[in-house]
Amino acid sequence: MPKKVRGVLKIREDLCKQCGLCVAVCPVHILDFSKTKINSKGYRPIELTDPDKCVGCAFCAMMCPEGVIDVYREIVEVAE
Amino acid sequence: MGEKVFMKGNEALGEAAVRSGCRLFFGYPITPASELAEYMAYRLPQVGGVFIQAESEVAASNMIYGAGAAGKYAMTASSSPGISLMQEAISYMAGAEVPAVIINLIRGGPGLGDIQPAQSDYFQAVKGGGHGDYRNLVYAPSTLQEAVDIMPLLFQNAFKYRMLAMMVVDGLVGQMMEAVEFKYDIDPDSIPVPDWALSGKKMHGGTKNVNTSLELDPNKLAAHNFKLFEKYQKVYENERMFEAFELEESDIDVMIVAYGTAARIIKTAVKNLRAKGYKVGLFRPITLWPFPDKELKEYAQKTEHVLTVEMSMGQLIEDVKLSIFDPNKKYHLMPYPGGIVPTPKEVEDKVIEILKGGAK
Amino acid sequence: MGNLQVVYEVPKIYTGPNHYCPGCFHGIIHRVIAEILQEEGWDDISIGIAPVGCAVLAYDYIDIDWFEAPHGRACANATGIKWAWPDRLVFTYQGDGDAASIGFAETSYAAIRGVNITTIMVNNAVYGMTGGQMAPTTLVGMKTTTSPYGRDPKYAGYPLKMAEHIAQFEGTALSVRVSAFDPQHVLDMKKWIRKAFQYQMEGKGYTFIEVVSTCPTNWRMDPVKAAEFVKNEMIKVYPLGVYKDVGDEKKEG
Repeated sequence: MPKKVRGVLKIREDLCKQCGLCVAVCPVHILDFSKTKINSKGYRPIELTDPDKCVGCAFCAMMCPEGVIDVYREIVEVAE
Repeated sequence: MGEKVFMKGNEALGEAAVRSGCRLFFGYPITPASELAEYMAYRLPQVGGVFIQAESEVAASNMIYGAGAAGKYAMTASSSPGISLMQEAISYMAGAEVPAVIINLIRGGPGLGDIQPAQSDYFQAVKGGGHGDYRNLVYAPSTLQEAVDIMPLLFQNAFKYRMLAMMVVDGLVGQMMEAVEFKYDIDPDSIPVPDWALSGKKMHGGTKNVNTSLELDPNKLAAHNFKLFEKYQKVYENERMFEAFELEESDIDVMIVAYGTAARIIKTAVKNLRAKGYKVGLFRPITLWPFPDKELKEYAQKTEHVLTVEMSMGQLIEDVKLSIFDPNKKYHLMPYPGGIVPTPKEVEDKVIEILKGGAK
Repeated sequence: MGNLQVVYEVPKIYTGPNHYCPGCFHGIIHRVIAEILQEEGWDDISIGIAPVGCAVLAYDYIDIDWFEAPHGRACANATGIKWAWPDRLVFTYQGDGDAASIGFAETSYAAIRGVNITTIMVNNAVYGMTGGQMAPTTLVGMKTTTSPYGRDPKYAGYPLKMAEHIAQFEGTALSVRVSAFDPQHVLDMKKWIRKAFQYQMEGKGYTFIEVVSTCPTNWRMDPVKAAEFVKNEMIKVYPLGVYKDVGDEKKEG
C-alpha cells in the first residue's frame, strides 16, 4: 500500500484565544474556530476541519502566541 | 591594617567600602562627592572590582539596584541634587527589598543650591524622598573615622534586612583631610551569595527567582506593606545608634541635639561651656532612621531646655519634639541653612542666652 | 500514535497562560526566546529583565530568573546584574516606549558602553498598557489617544528608528530589525535572537533586536489585519534587516 506523511496536532484548547493567526497561515486551509466548543476563557478554540490533509508544517505553531499547538508527523498507509 | 593614614574624606570612604567587600561601584560626578567616584575608578581595578561611570544618577542608582538584586555588594555616592534623581530607584529597591549602599555628601539646597556642607536632606533621607511607604537605614557619622568604622555595618545590615543603607555626611567630611585608621579588610569571596539573588537558576536549585516591586492585587500589596512594616519595626528595635556626650548628671541645664559635623563642632562648645560651669551635654543620633527616640526621651528627663542645632531649617527638630513628646519642655532651634557651618562660639552664646531666659 | 516524529513542541520553560490580548506578538516573541534558551541549555544561567508596559509580567511566562525594572531603566539594571555575574546570559525585554522614550538614554548608553547584554525591543508604535497613547515610534498620521488627529510632525516630530540608532555605536555587536507577521519571519526572528545571545556568550558586546510588532487592541484591528498592517505599512517605515553585525564585518575585513 502507498504511504504518506501526515501531520498530527496536539491542541491545548484551553489556552486558545481565538486570534486566528494560525488559521490565516495554514497552507492547506484546514484550521478553523470550533463551532461546537467554548473554552474556559470563553473563546472558540481552533480545531482541524480535515485532519487527514495536515502536512505537519508547523506554521500554525510558529504563529501561536499562546503555545497552544505541538506538531508531530506520522507515516500512514493510504488506501488506493 | 591598623596604621593611621592621612587621607581625603571621600577617598577614605571609598577605601572603607572596598575593605567592606564592595567590588561594584556605579557613579556619576557631582561636587562635593566626585572624589569618591575617582578613587573607586582608581582602586577597584586593583582588586578585581568594577567601576562604571553611568550616564546619570538615575542610571547609576538603577545599576546598584540591579547588582544588589544579583546578590552582590554594590554602592553609589552622590550629593543632594543627584540623590534627588535616585529617588526612583530608592523607592523601587524598598518595594523589591534590594540591598545596596548609597552615600549622600549633602550640600546646600534647594535646587542647585551651593556646594557647601549642609544637612538639609534630612527629611528626604529619613521620611522617604520617593513614593510609597518605606524606610531606609540612615547613618550619620560625625567624623571620618566613625564613617570608616561603620561602613561594613552598612553593607551587612543592608543585606541582613534586604533594604537600602544610606550614609549621610555633609560635604565637609568628604572634603577634609584627616588621619584615619582601617581596622578591617573583608574578603568579598567570604560573603555568601543569598539564596534570593538573581544569579541563574542553577545557582539556587533550579527554581527561578523573581525580583519585582509589582503586586497588582491590592490585598497582596497590603500584605507586602505589612511585612515591610514588620521588618522596619525589627530594624527600629535592633539598630538605633546614638552617643550621649556629657549627659551623666541627673540634671542638665541645656541638652543640645545635633548630628554629623554640627555635633562634632558642638562637642567643643560643650567642653568650653563646662569649663565655665554650665551643665551642658550633647545627644547625638548616629542613626537618623531608626531615630533613637526612646533614648532621647530618657535623656530629656534631665533638662528643661532642648536646643537643636542643625545645618538645615528645622528638620531634625521635628523628630526631637516627636521623640520627647512633652509640651512642658522648652525647645530651641539654631538653624544653619545654605551651607553655613556653626561655630562653637555661636552655640556657646546661644546656650548662655537660653539660661539667662532671653531666648524663646 | 506510537511512531510520532516531533516537528514542534512548545518549550517546557514557556509557562502560560499569559495575560496578553488575543493575537499579540508578545506571546510569539516570548515563546521563541524560551525555545532558544531551552534548546541551547541557557535557561539555567539566564537572567531576564522585564519592562514596564504590557510585558511587565513577562517573568511569569519564561522559567528563568527575572528582574522587574522601573520604566525605562532595564538596561541600567541589566548593567548592574551583568557586572555582578559577567558569565550569565542577561537580556532586557522592552517595549518601544520603555526602551526608546523614557529609557532612551539607558538603552543608548548600554550600546555606547558596549555592555555585554541583549535588548529585545518590541516596536508596536503605541503605548499598549496605558491605553494606546502615542509612542516615539508612532507612524506619521497614525491616530492614538494622544494624537487623536494623527501624529503631526509639527508637534510630535517623526518616528524614531532604534535599530539604525543603535547600529551607529562602536560598542554594538549586533543591531537587527525583525518581525513576526508570518512563519518565515518568526523563524528569521529566532535566528537573530539566537545569534544575539551567542554573541553575548562570546563576549562580543551589546546586541539589539527590534521586533516590529502589533497592537490589535489599540490599533482597533483584528489580529490577522494587524499582522497585515505590519507587513504592508509598518515595514515601510521600519525596514527589516541587519543594521550592524560585527561577525560580518570581520569576514569582510
